[in-house]
Amino acid sequence: MKGARPRPRLDADNRAFWTGGAAGELRIMQCRQCRGFLHPPRAVCRHCLSEDVAPAIVAGTGTVDSFTVNHQAWARDMEVPYVIARVALDDAPGVTLTTNIVRCEVDAVAIGDRVRVLFEEQDGIFYPLFEKAG
Amino acid sequence: MAREAYISGIGVSEVGVRLERSPLGLTLDATREAIADAGLTMSQIDGVATYPGRMPIFLGFSPIGVDDVIDAFGIRTRWHLGAAELTAQLGAIAAAADAVRAGHARHVLCFRTVYEAAAIARPQEYPPMQRQDVSGLGQWSVPFGAFSAANWTAQYAMRHMHHYGLTREQLAMVAINGHANAARNPRAIVKKPLTLDDYMAARMISTPLCLYDCDRFTDASTAIIVSAGDALDEVGGVPVRIAATAGSVDRYSWDQGDLPSAYATGRDLWKATDYRVKDVDTVQFYDGFAFQPITWLEGLGFCGLGEGGRFIEGGTRIALDGELPMNTGGGQLGWGRLHGFGFAYEAVTQLRGHGGARQIPGDPRVAIATSGGGPMAAALLLARD
Repeated sequence: MKGARPRPRLDADNRAFWTGGAAGELRIMQCRQCRGFLHPPRAVCRHCLSEDVAPAIVAGTGTVDSFTVNHQAWARDMEVPYVIARVALDDAPGVTLTTNIVRCEVDAVAIGDRVRVLFEEQDGIFYPLFEKAG
Repeated sequence: MAREAYISGIGVSEVGVRLERSPLGLTLDATREAIADAGLTMSQIDGVATYPGRMPIFLGFSPIGVDDVIDAFGIRTRWHLGAAELTAQLGAIAAAADAVRAGHARHVLCFRTVYEAAAIARPQEYPPMQRQDVSGLGQWSVPFGAFSAANWTAQYAMRHMHHYGLTREQLAMVAINGHANAARNPRAIVKKPLTLDDYMAARMISTPLCLYDCDRFTDASTAIIVSAGDALDEVGGVPVRIAATAGSVDRYSWDQGDLPSAYATGRDLWKATDYRVKDVDTVQFYDGFAFQPITWLEGLGFCGLGEGGRFIEGGTRIALDGELPMNTGGGQLGWGRLHGFGFAYEAVTQLRGHGGARQIPGDPRVAIATSGGGPMAAALLLARD
């Protein structure tokens, strides 16, 4: 996907996720009581209802859980095709991120591919994208 | 009878693309037809329900709210509901059923009006959605160019292909079946059948979903009258009992979790009734995208997890004369994007034997209508006693 990306509206829950890339970090909300991960990030742990939650730095590696090659230009000036994927993170069990797989041909992605995060910055938002690993 | 709820009347407006008639006019057409079908008059309507209510951010998606209908049609209500955070589109009908069972109303007008094609064609009257910062669930998909439910649904379909071997030839049967049935429905947008060659040659929208796997913007209104069991003496025609409803969610998300809510909802529908899969004569499954009926077939237990593709292979099983006729009016891929309510309309039509050239054979008594995708799911089990 090229061109201007829609911008998430930052708030207390999501700021760590969308700005962690400034430090090269993928940050996923984690419960400090039960150690479970919660995504989307919220102020309450969905596993144990603790409010003792905080962003945790994860490795940024994972596996393609599913993907689709988008061919439809949903808005003017969109360049297609591009790969949209769900990536299951290695060290945040139960969390999958919708993202783009970049730096490869669109027909080179398969379910099960190993991927790692990279960040694309636009106006202070660091979009976590993924590329094939190894 | 006092604790039962029935669909007593159904109506649908002209269904088209870029219609000139106003969305309120379309809503009036559908409402008049449904009220007449139920043998009622407007003055007997004492409840109104819709999904999702008027959506000012994109009026074409939902230009008419409960307030418009109450005030414009001079309805005096004792109960009403218009909400986007329902189980799904048909959740408005399920809620109306609960309302009449509880005695809050006797005859509830449920409606869904869509005007997306006309709105896009007339931006001066219906301003397009403004690009703005995204929040809520959308922020986890839209910034990555996953703008459409087509993209979100496509990834469920890709998982199914990978894990269970779903093929494009199997998936094609949803659209081919929908087109074949729409060609027998004089009110449908689609007028002619679709061949497998046409399907396989169509351009991709979001792999594996091609053009024919995605419904398209439609202008229409559908109305369903829900009546209390103890008000049936006021009703003409053939009432159809709402035997069970369900709308269960495991994860409210399009991308966390493995399965859309059709599975949880399908499982729970059977907990609310003594009917079983073998009793069902026809199914009307939400097909905004062709993959969704496969999730309903599996979720409701017509076949096992992962077996949906093989279940519809070749199309004979789901055809009008098959063992489980599906989307007999054409579904959204054939009739038009009535956005959920068309499935209730068609289920009632079949149970009454009013399907004309598309009527299924035999003496159908039990039907299922569903709506929704991803975390949204609502199912109605309908029975003619």
